[in-house]
Formats: sequence, structure tokens, C-alpha cells
Amino acid sequence: MIIGAQKPLKEICSMLEGHQNILVAGCRSCVAICLAGGEKEVGVLAESLRLHSDLHGKGWRIDEVTVERQCEKEWVRGVSEKVGDKDAVLSIACGVGAQTIQALYPQVRVMPGLNTSNMGAPEEQGVFQEKCGGCGDCVLHLTGGICPIVRCAKSLLNGPCGGSQNGKCEISPDVPCAWDEIYQSLKRLGRLDMLDEPLPPKNWLPSRSGGPRKIVNDQALFTIEEKALRGKRE
Amino acid sequence: MSASELQRLLDQGRFVVTAEIGPPRSASGEPIRKHAQSMRGYADAFNLTDNQTAMSRMSSIASAAILVQEGLEPVIQMTCRDRNRIAMQSDVLGAAALGVRNVLCISGDHQTFGNQKEAKNVYDIDPIQELMILRRMRDEGRLWSGDQLEVAPQLFLGAAANPFADPFEFRVARLAKKVKAGAQFVQTQSIYDMERFERWMEMVRERGLQEKVHILAGLMPLKSHKVALYMKTKVSGMSVPDPIIERMKAAKDPKGEGVRICVEQIERLRAIEGVHGVHLMAVNWEEIVPRIVQEAGLRSR
Repeated sequence: MIIGAQKPLKEICSMLEGHQNILVAGCRSCVAICLAGGEKEVGVLAESLRLHSDLHGKGWRIDEVTVERQCEKEWVRGVSEKVGDKDAVLSIACGVGAQTIQALYPQVRVMPGLNTSNMGAPEEQGVFQEKCGGCGDCVLHLTGGICPIVRCAKSLLNGPCGGSQNGKCEISPDVPCAWDEIYQSLKRLGRLDMLDEPLPPKNWLPSRSGGPRKIVNDQALFTIEEKALRGKRE
Repeated sequence: MSASELQRLLDQGRFVVTAEIGPPRSASGEPIRKHAQSMRGYADAFNLTDNQTAMSRMSSIASAAILVQEGLEPVIQMTCRDRNRIAMQSDVLGAAALGVRNVLCISGDHQTFGNQKEAKNVYDIDPIQELMILRRMRDEGRLWSGDQLEVAPQLFLGAAANPFADPFEFRVARLAKKVKAGAQFVQTQSIYDMERFERWMEMVRERGLQEKVHILAGLMPLKSHKVALYMKTKVSGMSVPDPIIERMKAAKDPKGEGVRICVEQIERLRAIEGVHGVHLMAVNWEEIVPRIVQEAGLRSR
């Protein structure tokens, strides 16, 4: 899932300066699970903005909406009435959600109320940990099921570096050393032999380094005829 | 015969001394020339650090070129933090053209240690892959892409090894991996914990690695017990035993004591099978190197 955290209220208020009719738009998917942009957070943020407006005489009219998945056009199209009269949408979905709103409602300014951070998972209550670097060429089968690309501070494919001590990364005692974890995992699996051969330089072309990525699933594509029929129905 | 003087000396079986020179935060090469003058004759080769602790300084290659002009043998450090494979290969060609023959392949301190923490790091390749790439350039005369070089660089390839990092039982296995990738010499992390280093060397010999790679034991002379305490508590992958800290604390002349400890270590290291030299890292204290080398009885170069 996508992990994010709300921007500070001060920063949000300064972004909204000069706007009047504002819609706070949340999402019930990833950002709801990481307690940053779901329905509850929309309610709290909207109320905070109303208070800020009252206290500072901003005259903001704050409305609220939360969609199932803000990254999907189908769901975002469904809130056109809410967006209709607004001059700003404050999205507290991930950056994908915010861009989907902007793409469908080009006449409205969309503001990001949330900083999208990473692809990760809830580790424990309130703790969310980055897990996947989205490199486009997964190596988990070689590394004991632990991602070196994003969980190692240096993305080493042949770690651990000399900064690994007591299972921790050199950058902070709070950061586990991914390569220590990889070593322990392969040891448990009886596959330390997999660490004998150096892994060669990685192909980063399928990663973000290769430019914006697009995946086309041929089987899911509509034929020209199907597209035409669908167009008639809409 | 090797183009690298360092390699030639090691292959002859000489116990070598290498010393680190930190390039200046300056656009003037004078500090490098001064170090060259004061250390000339006290070390066989000089390591130029590559933006050590992730702080911008004069480039290691430019600093090395100044040493070449001075008639000294440089070892350039090249970190994977600041350059991708394109820049790495280009820099190696440039360095070789300027007379650099020794390259130490390292990952580099993470930029969050530096004074520009907000910088984006590179890490396109890791140091083991760096060795693989540079070895191909030298041995096959090709870029990693396979494209032929008009003239291949003549290189003596080095790597770092840290006997004090974890998991301890994997450190020698990782050294073996570096040797497999092309490392011909290694310079170790600063040694204070001699027992652990000796255990590590035993493991090195169990694998017969001392036959395949020249191991230069890293030493950092201590100026004060505070420095020792700092290394123990703040520097990751460093082991400083309490008796060393106590000894430094009790000393009337801490700098002199630091030199004595270092000289004693050199004596002990010379007796270890497979240790082919020492690497002196007198960070911001380069001027002490001649005294250490003199007192250790290594002044014959």
C-alpha cells in the first residue's frame, strides 16, 4: 500500500490562501489505512480549517468528500457535484489521487494536503514501514524476501557494507540493516550459498530511471469495436 | 611489470605503508603539495579520500593528479554515492590518463553524515559491482556495456574491508566476494581491537584469501581519549576496547601515547601472516605520519 502523512496545518493553510470554496477530498484506500487521508482524517482536517478560518477571518467555505479510491477515474467522476462550485480541492489522498482529481477537473486548483512517502506496510499500530522500491525488476528471490533496493540505505546488491553493526544501519540506530536481515533470512533458509556470487550491476531501465513507466495489459484492452459500444452506453 | 608502483612493491613482498591525505576544502592544490613534501619517503602510496564523510572537498582525482606531478604514488578512493556507472567509467579513464594506477572501490559514507544531508545519492552500483566494471575495463579493454576502449586503463584494484562490522561471520565471506569481483588489495577499517582483527585474519587464512589479496591493516592514531570515545560510540562499524580509552585518558601526553599505541600495533601487525602492510589514516593529523613510520622502523622507502 501507499504510505503518506499529512502536511502540517500551517503549510496547508498557506497553500489555501486566496481561495474561498474548498473541498477536502479523502480516500478510503491506502491512506485511510495509514491514518492519514481517510474519512475520519477528512473530518478532522476540515474542522481544523474551519476553525482556522474563523480565527483569522479567512471566510473559507469548507466541504468534505471521501471517495473509495481517488486513483480511479470511475470513483472520482462520481463526485462531480461536490467539486462543481469549488475553487480549490485539498486532496489528502496520495499524489496519484490528487492528480486524478486534477485530470478530471482541470478548472479547479488541486492542492496536496498529504506528502506521499512510499510503498510499505503497517508494522504495528501507528507504525508504517517502507518495503518496496518499485524498481521494476524484483530480486526478492535472491535476497531472502527482503528488499535491498529500498530497505538498504545504499541500495546495495552485495551488502552489508562496513557500517552494519548489531543489526542496525549506519545512518541511524533506529534503522535495521536490510543486509543483516537478508543474511539472517538466508541463514534460516539454509541458503547462505546464494551470497557467494557477486550480483552484477542492476538494470535500472524498468525503474524510474528509465522514465515514466506504463504497463499495458493486452488482454484487458478493449478492441476498437468494444470501445465504440462502451462509448454509446456512456 | 605492473604500472602500479604499489602493486610492484607488494608483489615483491615488501611490507608497505600507505597513508591517507584528506583533500582540502579549497580550490588551491597547495595543501596537497605540502602534505606531499612532508610525507615524501614515509609512505609507498597515498590515499586521496573521495568527499569523505559526504562533505564536498577537492576531488580525489584532481588531488591525485597533483601528487603525480610531485612524483608520488596516489590511490584514489571512488565512492558509489556520488556517481553512476557512466561517470565512474569516465572518471577512471580520466584518472588513468593523469597517471593514477590505484583505485579503491568503496560505497562511501551515506550523505546523511555530511553537511548537505538533503542531497540525492546515486548508488547505481555498489563497490563489488564497481570492481567488476573496472576489472572489465582493464582486462578486456571494454566498458561495462561491452564497447571497446581505444586504450585500456592499467589499474591496481582495491577495496575496503571492515573486520569490526556485523554480521562478523559474514565479513570474510564478503571479502571473498570482493576478491572474486576483482579486488587485489584491501585496506581495512581502523583497528583498535587487535583480538578481533586477529580472529578475522584467521578466518581470512582459513579461506586462503591472504594468497589472493594483499591486506593492508588500517590504523588511525588517536589524539586524545575523547576521539577514542567518539569512535567507539558514534562511528558505526568501529570497535574501540576500553583499555585503549583508559590508556589514552591516563596519558600525560595523549598525542605521544596515541603514537606509541599505533607503533605497538604496527609491530604486532607485522607478525600476522597475511598482513602485507599498514594503511595510516591520520585524519587532520597528516603531519604525524613521518614520526609513526620512523618509530615503527619502516623508514626505508
